[in-house]
Amino acid sequence: MNLAGTINTRTLPLLVTSVLFALLFGFGSVSYDNFFSVQVFLNLLIDNAFVAVVAIGMTFVILTGGIDLSVGSIVALTTMVTAALVEQHHWSIWVVVPLVLAIGSLFGLLMGSLIHYFRMQPFIVTLGGMFLARGLCYVISIDSIAITDPTYAAISEYRISFGEEAFLSVSAIISLLMLALAIFLAQYTRFGRTVYAIGGNERSALLMGLPVGRTKILVYTLSGFCSALGGVLVTFYMLSGYGLHALGLEMDAIAAAVIGGTLLTGGVGYVAGSLVGVMILGVIQSLIAFDGSLSSWWTRIAIGVLLCAFCLMQRLLEQGGSNLGAIFSYWKKPADGSAPAR
Amino acid sequence: MKNTLSQLTRSHLFWPCVTLVLLCLANVYFNPGFFDIELKDGHLYGSVIDILNRAAPLMLIAMGMTLVIATRGIDISVGATVAIAGAVVAALIGGSLVIKDGVQTYVSNVPMPLAIVAALAVALLCGLWNGLLVAGAGMQPIVATLILMVAGRGVAQLITEGQIVTVYYEPFFFIGNGFIFGIPVSLYIVAVVLAVLLLLTKRTALGLFIESVGINPVASRFSGISARALVFWVYAFCAVTAGIAALIITSNVKSADANNAGLLLELDAILAVALGGTSLAGGRFYLIGTLIGALIIQTLTYAIYSLGVPPEINMVVKAIVVFGVCLIQSPALRDLLMKHAFRTGGTA
Repeated sequence: MNLAGTINTRTLPLLVTSVLFALLFGFGSVSYDNFFSVQVFLNLLIDNAFVAVVAIGMTFVILTGGIDLSVGSIVALTTMVTAALVEQHHWSIWVVVPLVLAIGSLFGLLMGSLIHYFRMQPFIVTLGGMFLARGLCYVISIDSIAITDPTYAAISEYRISFGEEAFLSVSAIISLLMLALAIFLAQYTRFGRTVYAIGGNERSALLMGLPVGRTKILVYTLSGFCSALGGVLVTFYMLSGYGLHALGLEMDAIAAAVIGGTLLTGGVGYVAGSLVGVMILGVIQSLIAFDGSLSSWWTRIAIGVLLCAFCLMQRLLEQGGSNLGAIFSYWKKPADGSAPAR
Repeated sequence: MKNTLSQLTRSHLFWPCVTLVLLCLANVYFNPGFFDIELKDGHLYGSVIDILNRAAPLMLIAMGMTLVIATRGIDISVGATVAIAGAVVAALIGGSLVIKDGVQTYVSNVPMPLAIVAALAVALLCGLWNGLLVAGAGMQPIVATLILMVAGRGVAQLITEGQIVTVYYEPFFFIGNGFIFGIPVSLYIVAVVLAVLLLLTKRTALGLFIESVGINPVASRFSGISARALVFWVYAFCAVTAGIAALIITSNVKSADANNAGLLLELDAILAVALGGTSLAGGRFYLIGTLIGALIIQTLTYAIYSLGVPPEINMVVKAIVVFGVCLIQSPALRDLLMKHAFRTGGTA
């Protein structure tokens, strides 16, 4: 009874995604030795921590009905600025990290302002931001810069263990904290409700007196912040700065959000869904790695197929939304509409 | 006098042309021989010819993209389509060294026309897929084409088996490197596609239909235009232009690289359309403007190369151009400037 009540067109994609994740993980566990372990699961988090953080920011943008193509480039720029400052100017990590987070946020703020004040399309503005951030990477250096700073190496290698053979990296913990913060922002604050309202119908949100402009700008700022944080996690993960880091990450982030049940027209979706989306992308990669005989490009094809399936499902839900909703509400209520028999 | 000037500035081609001329002047400043054209071995050589030749694939794709954008759509899968079609043609032609009558000759795996037709057919298939998702399933264009964009390079890798396929068949190089009457072959291809498009959109009602679908899909459906079929075929056409561009690119570099062929080409094409004055919100479209937009991008690249700046920094300049063009196109900024101009004009 209760379960049927919580399943509706909004939560169904998330449910399907979660079931799919369980199925994929189960398939891996049955097919390959050593796949079924807590650590393989935790490795998904460790290896995809930065994708998850970026996808969280992207989810907010998509919830308002926008899109942010600049995330991958901002990640690259962050790694580049970090590497240059830490390696060539010997700045402390405690100065560099807040600085790069500020740069990322500022980048998002500027793009959001352009989108709001000049009514430019998010697609084009963030496309420009994408070019700009990647280009700035190359202005700093065309080659990869390795980070040899001991603090970075220490953070990179530090493992927080749970029990006997399970551990998480600092990056994974940061991404989980970010997720918790994002869920709080989306579900329990005025800002979050405004984000959903804008995605649902921007004009009504405006007529309701909600701060549409400010929220839109803040959403892109948040996405810029998340990208920069993702970049910081990449420096922990790769210990280098490079203009080619995170190439195409924006597409992975969008795919994760869509697979996680966020509607690209905005207004519908959950931040937690994007994490599941990222985990699905990760589990596909793990499956292909465990198999060993499949080439890595099958990952791209699998992601494409999944994306297609989920988009089609979203369309079906949109079209048949009312019917489906009726079916589920029919379950909730007694069949004849009279008072409950039991 | 003032009237003709205002008419001129109001023309949609005015700003793209001004940008192109300014860029050319900048090029002349840094490289006095910019406009020199030489005749060597019956071929025209020179910076301008080079820019035109290298801009050909972008011009082709941008023309297809113009139509897609005019219908309020966008196609971000053209880069992946280029990779797929390039992989198909390279894999089919391939070529191997054979000694025939004591002379070394290269032969292709399958006849070249067949390979070209196959590549274009595969590109068309990509377009039909996009069209099916957008017009058939009613998905948002950016999402629908995102699917092919993500999966497309994987498919191309599958065709090339993860390798860079090199082509060793001489006649195939003619498409990307050949000359007819001293002019690069690729330019003839662009001219033919442009002529066909202009004929179809200006001499028939097709152009009007496309614009009306872009301005108001519902109203145009009520007025009897089969908007769905139109949108469907526009995506198919866009992919075919990407297929033709793939032939030129593959022939030019004599190999197919599934990872890098046509990388970020979709963004350049969209930029070219925007530079040409076509609104990204759909509606009115300007094919000639798009061609000028593509030339602007290529001239910019050329200028950056000739300045001796690392080509990667090109991206920063491109970004500034994107922001600049969008700001000029933004009605909000125009209102702001108009208000300002009016105020100062009033007090003077």
